[in-house]
Order: sequence, then C-alpha cells, then structure tokens
Amino acid sequence: MLSLITFSPLVAAGLILLTRRLLQWRDEAARDQSTWAVGLLASLAVFGLAIFGLSQMAPAAPGFQLVEKTAWIGGVHYHLGVDSVAMLLILLTAFLTPICLFAAQSSIKSRVTEFVVAFLALETFVIGAFAALDIVLFYVFFEGGLIPMFVIIGVWGGANRIYAAYKFFLYTLAGSVLMLIALIAMVLLAGTSDIAALMAYDFPKDLQIWLWLAFFASFAVKTPMFPVHTWLPDAHVEAPTAGSVILAGILLKLGGYGFFRFSIPMFPDASEFFQPLVFALSVIAILYASLVAFRQTDVKKLIAYSSVAHMGFVTLGLFSGNVIGMQAAIFQMLSHGVISGALFLCVGVVYDRMHTREIAFYGGLATRMPIYAVALMLFTLGNVGLPGTSGFVGEILGLTAVFPVSPLAAAAAAFGVILSAMYGLHLYRAMMLGDLVNPKLAAIADLDAREIAVFAPLAFLTLLLGVAPGLVFDFTQQAAAAAAGELAAAFAR
Amino acid sequence: MDAVVAFAPLAGALIAGLLARYIGKAGAMAAATALMGVALAAAVSLFLGLYAGDAQAHTTIIARWIEIGGFKANWAIRVDMLSAIMMVVVTSVSFLVHVYSWGYMAEDANKSRFFAYLSFFTFAMLMLVTADDFLQMFFGWEGVGLASYLLIGFWFDRKSANSAAIKAFVVNRVGDVGFALGIVGVFALFGSIQFDAVFSQIEAVKEARLVAGPLDLPYLETIAVLLFIGAMGKSAQFFLHVWLPDAMEGPTPVSALIHAATMVTAGVFLVSRCAAIYDVAHGAATLILLVGAVTAFFAASVGLVQNDIKRVIAYSTCSQLGYMFVAAGAGAYQAAMFHLFTHAFFKALLFLGAGSVIHGMHHEQDMRRMGGLARALPVTYAMMLIGTLAITGVGIPGTHIGFAGFLSKDAILESAYARGLDLEIAQLAFWMGLLTALFTAFYSWRLIFMTFHGPKYWREAVAHGHDAPAHAAHDGAHPQATTHDDDHGDAHVPHESPIVMLAPLVLLAIGAVGAGMAFYEPFFGKEAESFWHGIFAGHGEHSVLEAAHHAPLWVKSAPFAAGVIGLVLAIVTYGFNPRGMRAMGEKGGPMQAFLAHKWYFDELYQAVFVRNAERLGDWFSKRIDRGTIDRFGPDGWALASRLTGGWVSRLQSGFVYHYAFVMLIGVVGLGVFALMSVGR
Repeated sequence: MLSLITFSPLVAAGLILLTRRLLQWRDEAARDQSTWAVGLLASLAVFGLAIFGLSQMAPAAPGFQLVEKTAWIGGVHYHLGVDSVAMLLILLTAFLTPICLFAAQSSIKSRVTEFVVAFLALETFVIGAFAALDIVLFYVFFEGGLIPMFVIIGVWGGANRIYAAYKFFLYTLAGSVLMLIALIAMVLLAGTSDIAALMAYDFPKDLQIWLWLAFFASFAVKTPMFPVHTWLPDAHVEAPTAGSVILAGILLKLGGYGFFRFSIPMFPDASEFFQPLVFALSVIAILYASLVAFRQTDVKKLIAYSSVAHMGFVTLGLFSGNVIGMQAAIFQMLSHGVISGALFLCVGVVYDRMHTREIAFYGGLATRMPIYAVALMLFTLGNVGLPGTSGFVGEILGLTAVFPVSPLAAAAAAFGVILSAMYGLHLYRAMMLGDLVNPKLAAIADLDAREIAVFAPLAFLTLLLGVAPGLVFDFTQQAAAAAAGELAAAFAR
Repeated sequence: MDAVVAFAPLAGALIAGLLARYIGKAGAMAAATALMGVALAAAVSLFLGLYAGDAQAHTTIIARWIEIGGFKANWAIRVDMLSAIMMVVVTSVSFLVHVYSWGYMAEDANKSRFFAYLSFFTFAMLMLVTADDFLQMFFGWEGVGLASYLLIGFWFDRKSANSAAIKAFVVNRVGDVGFALGIVGVFALFGSIQFDAVFSQIEAVKEARLVAGPLDLPYLETIAVLLFIGAMGKSAQFFLHVWLPDAMEGPTPVSALIHAATMVTAGVFLVSRCAAIYDVAHGAATLILLVGAVTAFFAASVGLVQNDIKRVIAYSTCSQLGYMFVAAGAGAYQAAMFHLFTHAFFKALLFLGAGSVIHGMHHEQDMRRMGGLARALPVTYAMMLIGTLAITGVGIPGTHIGFAGFLSKDAILESAYARGLDLEIAQLAFWMGLLTALFTAFYSWRLIFMTFHGPKYWREAVAHGHDAPAHAAHDGAHPQATTHDDDHGDAHVPHESPIVMLAPLVLLAIGAVGAGMAFYEPFFGKEAESFWHGIFAGHGEHSVLEAAHHAPLWVKSAPFAAGVIGLVLAIVTYGFNPRGMRAMGEKGGPMQAFLAHKWYFDELYQAVFVRNAERLGDWFSKRIDRGTIDRFGPDGWALASRLTGGWVSRLQSGFVYHYAFVMLIGVVGLGVFALMSVGR
C-alpha cells in the first residue's frame, strides 16, 4: 500500500519520459497538454490512494501500521510504515501536489515535461521520507527530495534563482553532513538502522546531547528556525508558485516531523536538556520574523517570513513536553501547510497576471477582483490566527501547552499575534484596498473557474479544521501522546 | 430555541453575503432583516421565560470544538439572566439598525454586503455572550473584532477608513493577547476553561502563586488582570481607547450597533461573567475601578472640544463605558449591567439620530457647519433631545422617576460611593464620576446647541464646502453622496430622513425614556436577588448593593446637580452666545490644544510603538538577516571558498550534481558501516 502511494508519482514520471521518447511528439502544445493530464491524474490517484490508506488505519492502535519490510543492502531494510502523524503528512502532500500541478499550468510554459517529472519525483521523495521506517532509507528520501526542489527553483525560478538555490544548498548541506555523521554513529552503536528499534534504544545521555545537536542542525534548517532561516525568503522569492507552495506546505514540515520522529523519541534526555534553547529560538523566530515580515516590500518575502514565525509555534509545541503541545504542533503543521500554500497560490494569481511581486505595484484590487478579495481575506485571517480558522487552533493550544512550562515564553509568543495582525492586514490593505491607482491594473481579471476550483478545497479545509479540529486530534491522539510521553518521562527523571 | 438566537443571524449573513446575486439586493437585505427579527423574537422569549420564572438557566451544547488532554471547549448556548439580557440588547439594537440601514444605505452599491456584515457581527456577538467557556467567548470576541474591522473599512476606497479599520483590529489584538494569556492561565490554574467548573474552584486556588522567571505573582490576580486587559481593548478603556474615535470612519449604523450599544460593552460583560473571580481578586477589581474612573473622566474631557458630531458621541461612549467599569470594579455588577442595558438604548438613539442629521446634511459631520437644524429635522431633533435627557441623567432626585440614564448612572455613582466607605480609592472614583457627569451634560447639550440651535452655518459652509478636502473625500467615497446631488437638484437643503430611519429612532427613544424606570427594581433594586438568580450573589460583595441603597440623599442628588451645572454652562457658552462655539471649538490655550489632541495619545503611540516596530523590523532585516547571518553564513562561505579555491563558480553551475554526489557518498559510506555493524 505505502509503496504504491510512494512510488506511483515516480512511475508516472517515468511513463511521461518514456512516452515522450516513444511518441516523438511533433505538436508541442499537445505534448504539454498530455503531460499535464498524466501528471494531474497520477497525483490525483495518489491522493485517492492516500485517503484509502488513511481509512485502513486504526489510529488508536500503538506503533506503526501498513508496514512493509524487505531486506535491502546489508543490515539496512526497505522498511515502510506510518503512524497517524506521518499518514496525515502524506495526505497533505498528496493533497497539495495535484493542486500545485493544476495551478501551475497557467504559469509554467517552458520545459513542461521536466517540470512535471521533477514535481512527481519530489512527491515520491517527500512521501517516502514520511513513510520510511529505516533511518538510512529516510535519509535517502529526505535528502533526495532536495534535488528536484533545487531543479524547480534553479530552472523555473526568478532572476536571482542561482543565488537562492545555492544558499538553500549550503544551509542544507551543512545540516545534512552533521546529521549523516550522527546517523552513522547511532547505527554503529545500536547495531540497527530500524527506526522503531532506535526509538527503543537508550542512548547514553552525554552522547544524546551530541546526536541531538547534529540532528537539530538539519531539522532546524528545514523548519526553519532562527538564525538558520535566511535561505527561506530567497528560496521562496525565486521559486515558481508551485515550488513555493510545496516548499512552505510540505518541505518545511520535514523539519517538524524530524523532531517528532527522531529528536524527541530517540534523544528524550537531550530534548529535555535543550528545551530552553528551543523555546528561546522559537520565541525569537516568532517575534523577529514577524517584525521583519512587517517591513518587506516583496509579497513572497513577507509570507516567507510569516512562515518562519508560524513554525515557531510548531517547535514550541513539540518541545513543551505535554500532549496538548504535541497535538498543537502537529495540527499547526497541517494548518500551516494549507494556509501558507493557499497564500502562495494567491500571490501566484496576481503574479501570473502582472509579473511582479512588489507590494507597492498593487492597490485597490478589491474593486476589480471581488472573489479574489474574499479568498485572500480568508487565508489572511487564517494566517492571522482568527478563531474559526485552523490557524487559531494550533496557536492557542501551543500557548496553552507552553504557559505552564514557561509563562514568559508563552507571553512573548503571544505578542506574535499582534504582529501577525499588523503585517497581515497591512499587506491586505496595500494590495486590495484603497483606490486603484496603477493604470496597469485597470484591466486585471478576477479569478476564473479553474482558479476558484484551486482555492475552494483549501478554503473549505481552513474553515473545517478551524471549527472541527477534532477530525485531526482524534486521529493523532495516540501518536502524539506517545511522543509527548517520551519527553515527559525525561522531565520526570 | 436557544440555537435560533445565534444561528438565525448567521443564516442571514450567509444569505446576504453569498446569494445576493441570485435573489437580488433587496431580497438579501430582506432575508437578513427578517432573520434578525426571528432572532429578536427568540431572544425576547428566552428573556421573558427566565424573568417570569417559567424557565431555568441552562446550557445547550451544540457540538464539540476542541478536546485534548483535558482542554475542552464546546460550541454551546448558555442561557442565564446575564446572557439573556445581552441577547435582548444585541438582537433588538441589531434589528433596529438593520431596518434603519434600509434608509441610510439605500444608495450604496454594496448594501447587501453591508447587511451581510451586520448580520455576521450579530452572530459573533451572540456567540460571545452565549458562550459556556472562555474559548467560545474568545471566538465571538475576535469575531466581532473582525466584523468591526470589515465595517469600519466598509468604504474601502477611503484611505482613512482603512487606517482606522487596521488600527481598531490591531489595538484590539493587544487586548486580545491579554485575554488569550488569561484563558491559558485559567486552564493552567483550574484545569478547565468551562465557566462553572472554573468559578466553583476559586476558593481552592486563592493562594496559588505564579512563578514566571524572576517574577512571583499571585496567580488569580494575574489572570484577572490579563482578562481585564482583554476587556480594556474591546471596551476602549484608557490606554487602549485610541481605536474607538477613529472607528467612526465606518457608516453611522455601524457606530450605533457596534461602537456604542453592543461590541464595546463586551468588556463589561466579560468582567461581569467573571464576577466570581473579581470578587476574590481585589487587586484586579481595584484596577478596574481606577481604569474605569480615569477613562470616564478622560474621554468626557476630550469630548468637550470635539467638533465632529460622531466623535463627540464616540468619546461619550468611551466615557460611559468607564462608568460601567467603575461599577464592576466596585463589585456592583448589577449596576454595571443596568447601565450597559440603558446605555444601549440611548446611545444607539444618539448615534442613529446623528446619522439622521448626517444623512440630512449630505454627509456633513462637522458641527461647525451645522446649527439651526431643529426646524428642518423636527423628528430627529425631538429624538436627539430625548437621548440627551437620558444620557445627562434627568430625573427627580430621591425617587426612581427619570430618564433611563438617570437611574442607571445614579446606581453606578451610589455604588462607587458605597464602595468608598471601605476602599479609599473608590472615593476618588466617585468624585471623578461626578465631575464626568458635569462634563457629560456640557458636551451633550453643546452638541444639541451647535447642531440644532443658533444661526445656520450650513448654507455658506456647504456652498464652499465642495473644495474642502473632507467633503471631497466624502463625495468620492460615498456613492450616495453624489447621487443625492443628482436626485435633489438643490443638494444644500437639509431634509428630514425617511420613515424607515425615523421609526427605529422612536422605538429606541421609548427605551431611553422608560428602560430605567421599568427595570430599576429587577436589575438593581429590591427584586435584584431573584432576578439575577445568584449569578452575582454570594461572592461577598453583596454589601455594596445594600450600602448603595442607603447612600445619603446628597449622593443621590449630586449627579443630577452636576448635570444641571453642565447644562447651565453649555447654555452660557453656546445657547446664548453662538459665537462661543468658535471660541471654544477652535482657539484656546494649551488646555484646549491638549484636549483637542486627545491628550496626545495617538502621537505618543505613533512615536513609541509604531515607529520603533518599523525601525526594529528594518534593522533586523538589514543588519541581522543580511548584515550578520548571511554575511558570516552562506555569503561568507562563498567568499571564503572563492578566495581559497574558486570552486563556487563550478558549484553554481553544477550544484545539483555535487549535492547528489555528496549524498551518494554519504549513503554508500553509511551502507558500509551498517554492513560492518551488523556483521559484528
């Protein structure tokens, strides 16, 4: 089942390449058309499979499910399996990918085949990383996913794409090398690369500190946490819309997932030891990134910094050591995946029309684009964390989890909600309200049916999860409690 | 029945917002208005059921919202006397404002959207007042904030409206941070956020301490203060009041509904709902008393010199809210709720009356360009007069006969006096409240004189008013302003408003006259005990109510006397001396400048908060992100490696393959190690 979900996109990508070779298309438009269609169908099929996989799970049962295991090389196994958290992140990936492909049709005009192939490969790697139960396999997927991402930024990106991709590369490389070393050490020590076995293994506390730091280097870059966040704004700015959506919606979650799957259960004592550090960096990220976002003149940069701020709530919740915080973090990851993805798609809409991300270029769009105005307002409010949207649930529960541990950290983080209102509403005003001054905007068109179809499911989820978050909480209860229990036990020691 | 109250307005909002293009604007508006009528009927029947004793207080749980690890919040409708009163106030004023808006917004191109927002606001407000736990209350709390933001900025092509809308939302969010931390603290202390569960445990946690870093605070007091900070934001209390005057950028029906009668009283409601907490948290209660008194005094003083008719009433609202907090801080929640109740009627009346004036004057709001309107707008004039008699507290001292404000304001001042018997600072609040009563009478009558009496300043003013920037902005912004000009041919003659606008005025005026007399006994008098059904009773502060009833006659007469002095002063400066308004409203010493600049709060906040946030953001962005992290991080690497080996250029062209290569080596190495380890 999981193999099917994981590798279907890659198979589809192969199929696209193969038919391209075989059919020797003369008509490029027809070729691109069919490429889009195959990509879209494949990703929709994966989404269907993911839902089916989800329905096959018993969320209350402990441990991993839908397990597949075969010997691979040496002691390393091809070992897949998920708990409820991983399954939901897979579902999020499978949900966002077709939306991205669907939305990208209007903006990607060159090298369509390569784009779709890169995108499908990316999906396979990301799903694989969430599904891997062998740490070596995880590493392959985890790092492998970056290759198509580099390609997407480097080929279809903006003017400064080389710098952005290079920066992304340097940060990730630094983190990955350290994680790789730690990984080798762990496998040597424990004599297994099986994740479940590693979770059960008691690493000595002194060693845990070092291993934790090495993993932290990698996951902190991914999340991203202050001060290793500076690759993200550049990557977002240069990436094409669909790339930004996947980056913000999925790839950043690999960081949070890494903490959840590795750092906390494998090194609970070190996680306890470093809790003040994580709290401090998270709070700094929330306040710092919000203030920086407030002063950006580029729409995508603004949203990128706001992502950094929102991921601060994820790391706060993860390391709070109680089940509310763990649930809040998981929920916030999903919610942010939907909302930030939607916001980048919103930017894409006007970027496709006007080819600029300068906030000052826009203004008064609400008069010309009333439907767009509603959509952007909804996702802005979600980003601002208004009750009734999914953005609120993760934030208030994050605060609830942190307050008993550190009231001051909770208080400082709470100030982030003032700042998010400031930059969110200022952006909205600058782009949407006031008079339509720029004559170039006079003829701008409102959302068409295809674009509405893109936003509708995202809007629905933002509201549904805001009003009935139990859909997620009930499902992830067991897994969250298990992870939180590891940390709580470390505190009790 | 319970759910109908809250969800009929939501249905109205959805219909008006989403279906207007199918059922037409009038259809959308009619649906919203009718559903509001349904909500009103349901609210009244709930209230009467409780009042007559036919029904008991109860809670209907509709659905689960959040439930993890003991943190449990429901979507619920809590019906008790406190929420029932609020339901009646909210739905009745909202219904009348819906009706009124048929006239006021008749020419607006987006009127169905306006009705959708109004109905949505009402839904959120009802969710706030019917909440059974802190979280649903917070949902409504921020929901009304959103509605307020949308309605203040309703004319979104107007720059000042957009700024005012954002200011309102952000300043409210400052309060909301306090509220949110308060909720989080409540959960940490009580293990629940459900009202009854929290209030029943107060005795057990009285002595708890909150250790936060270097601080060691009394837990309950801290939570009480945090919750009150939320109340300060929503109810525009001193320090967080700056958004309310600017909120007058919204259409006037909005000002009446949201920024006078309902939303801004949410803070008073919150404190009253948490009476059990504030009865024990004496420090926080004293803070409320003090902040309320300062706000009442401050806002009234600024109101003395304002020239915009809506801003006068806005500061008046701010000031009256201060009164309510004085009562709540004194422990006389009954008096606070009583004033909240009566104030809703006469303040909505004053606002809608002002709206009628503005409508009749073709969107002129500056009272210096009015004067002598009594003859042109006779009904509006009469209704405004009733509102003024109510707010200035006219009645017969020593009896319970008088306009609504007479009874409720006196109840507050008597409570402050009674509290002052054993808390010295409450005496200060009493005297400040008395002085405020004088100010209130002065600015209220000043408004009447400047608007309706004396020479007509509008002919000349309107004639050359077109090139005045304010007027030009209005013309550009209000579709109806220009259409009026077309409709009337001669646009410069003030006209009385249509019946659809006057009828709500008359109905509100009935409340402004009689609500005080009709409800004095149940709210504050002898029937209070059975009326409130123990919502406020039994928390130790019962004596305040008792002592207030036994206040000496001079205390009971003093507010009325203060009102008379204010009236006399207003007559002397404005009634007999029409030129006086120029003197008072335009030039004056430093005192006048200080008041006209609203004690310089906006300037101060701009300099201290806004500018510094901007500076800090810029500094972080340039000096830290780019100047430090990037410089010594990735860019530094690049530079260093360029200097040493120059592989960056190769890297830039082939970084993907490099990366893949590095990873591959890693994996192979790992595989080897794994093989070795397994082999061992």
